[in-house]
Amino acid sequence: MKQEYNLTIYTEHQVGLLNRIAIMFSRRKINIESLNTSPSEVEGIHRFNIVINETEDTVRKIVRQIEKQVDVLKAYFNTNDNIIWQELALYKVPTDIITEKVKVERLLRTYGARVVAIRKDYTIFETTGQREETDRLIKVLEPFGLIEFVRSARVAIIKDSKGFHEKLKEFELTEHQENIIDVAISEEEANSKIV
Amino acid sequence: MQTEKMNLTEEQLETPIEITGSEAIMKGLIAEGVETIFGYPGGAIMPIYDALYDYRDHLEHILVRHEQGGIHAGQGFARTSGRTGTVFATSGPGATNLVTGLADAMIDSTPLVCITGQVFAHLLGTDAFQETDVINITTPVTKWNYQITDANEIPAVLAKAYYIAGSGRPGPVLIDITKNAQLQKFEYKGYQKCTHIRSYRPKPIIRKEYIQAAAELINQAKRPFVIFGQGIILGKAEQEFKAFIEKAGLPAAWTILGLSALPTDHPLNVGMLGMHGNYGPNVLTNECDVLIAIGMRFDDRVTGRLDRYAKQAKIIHLDIDPAEIDKNIKADIPVWGDCKESLPLITALLEKKDHSAWVNKFSECMEKEQVEVIHEELNPTADVLTMGEVIKTLNELTKGDAVIVTDVGQHQMVACRYAKFNKSKSNITSGGLGTMGFALPAAMGAKYGAKDRTVVAIIGDGGVQMTIQELGTIMQNNIDIKIMILNNQFLGMVRQWQQLFLERRYSFVDIESPDYVMVAKGYRIEGNSVSQRSDLSTALKTMLDHKGPYLLEVMVGKENNVFPMVPQGCGVSEIRLK
Repeated sequence: MKQEYNLTIYTEHQVGLLNRIAIMFSRRKINIESLNTSPSEVEGIHRFNIVINETEDTVRKIVRQIEKQVDVLKAYFNTNDNIIWQELALYKVPTDIITEKVKVERLLRTYGARVVAIRKDYTIFETTGQREETDRLIKVLEPFGLIEFVRSARVAIIKDSKGFHEKLKEFELTEHQENIIDVAISEEEANSKIV
Repeated sequence: MQTEKMNLTEEQLETPIEITGSEAIMKGLIAEGVETIFGYPGGAIMPIYDALYDYRDHLEHILVRHEQGGIHAGQGFARTSGRTGTVFATSGPGATNLVTGLADAMIDSTPLVCITGQVFAHLLGTDAFQETDVINITTPVTKWNYQITDANEIPAVLAKAYYIAGSGRPGPVLIDITKNAQLQKFEYKGYQKCTHIRSYRPKPIIRKEYIQAAAELINQAKRPFVIFGQGIILGKAEQEFKAFIEKAGLPAAWTILGLSALPTDHPLNVGMLGMHGNYGPNVLTNECDVLIAIGMRFDDRVTGRLDRYAKQAKIIHLDIDPAEIDKNIKADIPVWGDCKESLPLITALLEKKDHSAWVNKFSECMEKEQVEVIHEELNPTADVLTMGEVIKTLNELTKGDAVIVTDVGQHQMVACRYAKFNKSKSNITSGGLGTMGFALPAAMGAKYGAKDRTVVAIIGDGGVQMTIQELGTIMQNNIDIKIMILNNQFLGMVRQWQQLFLERRYSFVDIESPDYVMVAKGYRIEGNSVSQRSDLSTALKTMLDHKGPYLLEVMVGKENNVFPMVPQGCGVSEIRLK
């Protein structure tokens, strides 16, 4: 069954890596619903957040292919249940209409929005939330002449994640490591989820 | 070693010296043990070639006739030597001509470092003369690629390139170097090989629990069956593999890239897998109770229809690349790791077993195939020569000691089916990508990778015309390879499909050939053409005894087919003998 999966990818900060990751999806004719790149909790390590609509089987395979890339440290995938996610939206509306016809205070309270800029000819509101929340305000503002609307990519935190600081230490070990260990790989690990 | 002459192994200089980026490349190549480069100069790589001029006594450069020839030669070199091949090309068309070879090396896991020249950094993105976005063009077909715009990066990036290309699951790496970086003088502090990249794990950790589980499953198996691929050769694990199958008496069949990892006449070698493989290994895949796949990736040409593939069997999959596990076939026991390390661990836990009754089933199948296919192919009653009897005659003369390089198509399948091999790294072919035109240049490289061995290129009349310009390279460098063209005057494999599945509508498969002997003569290469059975053995012997390159054209039956065959869309047990 296809559903939304959130891929969290820790990488080196390299020119061309975005393309190397993006073509993993386009090669398989998978559309990227949302893509965000940003710094991570670890200095020098970059973090991609990618949302796709796919089956678990396909996602697992693609995550392994991504993790195989030389400049990728680790890739995880999670359903929406396992993450906290947010998107940010900006709305530009004509200042005169909005001040004349709308009770701005109430609007802001109802939709958790805030004003980020007021100019003579336009006003910009901002909301942060999930898709439905940011969509609701569009509907409200449309009758008053919504001039521009933009929504950011999704950013997500994995609920169970312990972050990447400890993991990075493993990656940075250069001396000879024990290459054989006693345990089998856990189901979670096989699924590339953080444990 | 050349490196001793130059005294330029890994070194850390106490006081940095000022050299150009191009010279740093030369020093790096020598430190990496590179002795042979296949390449073609051009505007954007001229500073590197200028530096090479000073190092020409230490780095042998083979001037090819086309960059595709250069990269296939690099692949042939890598496959026979077990080392990383090195290729030079210029920017723009020089670089784009590498793409087929990169894709081939990527899918067949061949270690290569390709160095391409690029326009000056300040011209990037301006559609400068011979500028092409080679990094983005080659991203899907390289294990790693990188553009250098500053000479200071050269030593570390080159070291990274060789480390990445040759470690883990090998693959091609491309380094694109802008002309200004090649010319730039910088403070060279020495060259240090790369042994660790924090974001790159060449070998997954071996989990003992899976080793135990795999051994237990094999110990309990009644009808275990081993299928192996190039992983054995790339992992240099031929001895470990032999010990593994011998201890538990496990019958083993190969993919075409695994061919030669186990000698042909080994009693447990039960033959070839896949579309044109042997009858037994295909049919019995669907009768075994435990299927042990080692260093192979369940390609569709091996598995046929996935939903009819080994459904009854428990599957153990050993691979160094975690992304291969469960990609096509779900493994019951995934043994991630380098098989050179994991195989001995499993072998140690195996009980000595004799599965001779089960192994006999393979022999019975082989007898059936012998009667219905092989006997007529190798001992034809018709007048026209068959490809099979040519290979048989070659076997008789080389005794299985030659390196055989094949192109793509019917002759490739016949050569893989019937050629004998005593030694590993002896079968060089384009497996995954199926690149026609591969064999002639790959054979040149194969010879440089194994200078003391006889190298025979077996090529169809279609494939040879795709890269025939490399006869020029063979001429100029007197490369001692034996070129055998099996000419059936058709693009035979496509014609076979058209005959079997498209009602003999022979759409554009009728290909004419030049007079190959005349062509060879034009390149001052001796040659001969035969079409009579009575001349075959002598002609092959003359070819093999000849000192230096030799071209032999053998006219074979026009409409002969390769059997057995698993038709596309069928399961392996639906294999057809005719």
